[in-house]
Amino acid sequence: MTALALPTRRQEDWRYSDLEAVASLWPLPAPTRIDVATGETANHHLLQDAADGSAAVHDYVITVADDARCDFHLLNIGGKLGRVTFAVRLGARAHFGLHGAIIGGGDQTLEIITSVTHAQPDATSGQTVRSVLGSRATGSYLGSINVARDAQRTDAFQSIKAMLLDRTATANAKPELEIYADDVKCAHGATVGELDKAALFYMASRGMDPATAKTLLLRSFVAGVFDDMPDEALREQFEAAAIAKLESLV
Amino acid sequence: MLNIDNLTNTIDGKTILKGLSLTINAGEIHAIMGPNGAGKSTLAYTLGGRPGYDVTGGEALYDGVNLFTLEPHERAAAGLFLGFQYPVEIPGVSNLQFLRESLNSQKRARDEKELNGGEFIRLAKEKAALLGLDMDMLKRPVNVGFSGGEKKRAEMVQMGILDPKLAILDETDSGLDIDALKIVGAGINAIMRKPDKAVLLITHYQRLLDYVKPDFVHVLADGRIVKSGGPELALELEREGYAEVVAA
Repeated sequence: MTALALPTRRQEDWRYSDLEAVASLWPLPAPTRIDVATGETANHHLLQDAADGSAAVHDYVITVADDARCDFHLLNIGGKLGRVTFAVRLGARAHFGLHGAIIGGGDQTLEIITSVTHAQPDATSGQTVRSVLGSRATGSYLGSINVARDAQRTDAFQSIKAMLLDRTATANAKPELEIYADDVKCAHGATVGELDKAALFYMASRGMDPATAKTLLLRSFVAGVFDDMPDEALREQFEAAAIAKLESLV
Repeated sequence: MLNIDNLTNTIDGKTILKGLSLTINAGEIHAIMGPNGAGKSTLAYTLGGRPGYDVTGGEALYDGVNLFTLEPHERAAAGLFLGFQYPVEIPGVSNLQFLRESLNSQKRARDEKELNGGEFIRLAKEKAALLGLDMDMLKRPVNVGFSGGEKKRAEMVQMGILDPKLAILDETDSGLDIDALKIVGAGINAIMRKPDKAVLLITHYQRLLDYVKPDFVHVLADGRIVKSGGPELALELEREGYAEVVAA
């Protein structure tokens, strides 16, 4: 029965969550499994746009077999709580790419939690997450990379950037590395910033009203996350949803 | 067109402009020269409405409207253009996107018809050619990776596209070599030397004034205009230095 107990803030990956909203969904459904077979290439995506006030939790368990490749594009913008988790296990020479954006306002809590295990040699992983948070929203990225003893020549990066539009918004970024092999390359960077005031004045001096200027800067901040989506119609859908959400925040 | 009367301002509580008065009529080109720290850039930024440049006294009437009641973007839509001494870099936003949004924002504010993509590109090409700037430069992010001279030329392309009534150009000549100076000077003349337009050139040096002939030259020192004259005043300053001329 302990597996059904509600999480608490003492658990690291629930620390910044909205536990009240989680309770409304409890018990959570089983995770979605994605298995990418040896040598295959898979593209997956999620546009998490749950209705206002509702809660959504999506858990993915992904295995990427030897010489396989999996790319996941995620736009996390909906609900009072929007939580997406990934538990990824990589075979030899496998690759996992996460291309994520969080855009939140109001009292939203939006989270991306990842745990990527490099179990075999020569695998690569890349995680890029851009967050834009306004009002009293909280956006969190908690990501651990685990490199097993045999996983030599692992190459992994985490690039996490957040933009706060209001003093009352919160961004959490927590990249974690646990490395048991000795020949690995793991890069991670996390920044939290505000819109560039000099750029905003420059844009205003050319006639741009503040909302247009802010939206343009935020679009350029998020742009790139969905650039390499192979399905053009999907890419346009993701970009349009991201822009509409950004416009609602400025 | 612009009537500045007894303007005072502060930045971080420090008084910079100390009662500056200046009148610029349509069809005129004025040059303001002066030593470092006199308040030249402060004047430009204050007229442009940069946050933190607080007006504490006096007024500036632009076509009869109190400039300081308008937001910076409203001043631009009313026809004011501020040329930056240090143009700002905006990664991720192309010059073309930046300028089209700017121009169409102005047009919306003036209840004019916005330009579509094709119309805008034609206009941008024409103005880029005038300043000898490669169109490929305009596809790149705003000022990112541009040399000092390219940034100033790009500023003049912006001015050509936005077609202002009053241009306040803050040390547009700094960072330009002689050839670029000629091109920029010719650009300013082509775009702004018209009976219904006016220019306020802020500069340290006489050399830009060889290409853009001012009708009036003013010396700004310690937050005030201390001397005004014709083009010959710039030559006198160049010859004798600010200290001499200000003391005289």
